[in-house]
Amino acid sequence: MRTAITLAILVLAGTGGDLAVAHAMKRLGEMHSFTPAAISRFLGRAFREGWMWIGLGLMTLAFCSLLALLSWEAVSFVIPANALSYVTGAVGGKYFLGEQLTPLRWAGIGLVSVGVALVCLG
Amino acid sequence: MTSPKTHPLKTSSMLALLVVLNSAGNFFFGLGMKRIGSLQGWSMAALHHAFVAVFSSVWIWLGIISMLLYMVALMLVLTWADFTYVLPATASMYAVVALLGHFVLGESVTGLRWMGVALICIGVMLVGRTPSSTTKKS
Repeated sequence: MRTAITLAILVLAGTGGDLAVAHAMKRLGEMHSFTPAAISRFLGRAFREGWMWIGLGLMTLAFCSLLALLSWEAVSFVIPANALSYVTGAVGGKYFLGEQLTPLRWAGIGLVSVGVALVCLG
Repeated sequence: MTSPKTHPLKTSSMLALLVVLNSAGNFFFGLGMKRIGSLQGWSMAALHHAFVAVFSSVWIWLGIISMLLYMVALMLVLTWADFTYVLPATASMYAVVALLGHFVLGESVTGLRWMGVALICIGVMLVGRTPSSTTKKS
């Protein structure tokens, strides 16, 4: 039970963190210049976005859950199980970010999830 | 005013950079931790010793720098590309690490792992055939 709950927190907080950061970046608009000055200005704007801080908070929670899970479960279980994040990320991308997931993209994400799990189990 | 069109090469280059930085970060962390060795107990003295050893390792700092650069590159690419496009592409790292392990370090890679590498490559190629952005640009 403890493992299931911590794994759920890891997957959901990790996905939530990624989605919140992605949402913050979408609000900033596309970057066209990559000079050090432009990137500094971009980072300054990014860290004024509330979603960025929500994302970092959730990522920190996911990282702590990962460390806790690794302290009592094998890496060969934790990392493949965390590949579920690709699927939850796709669902979040569709419903939270409003991205259009074609059957081709769903198929690709599904294959990547299974592939990551196999690489880590192998 | 309309924003300039995103060049496909810009997205591919950034995705390649993400994979390189993430792989390098993990490689440096792994190398650093191997040199430091396993934690000698959980006492305050042991934790303090481990903390000092970790943060005085050049490899760990190289790992931290790689991961910070990875985070900045990820933030940049997400300003124009879909999250569901970028996320699977970063999984190429698992394939790169398995290939490097086999061909550079001479590690044995099991059949199951090769199958996983093949599925990741096919998956990334399928996602790569979809448009990199499906949301309205701001």
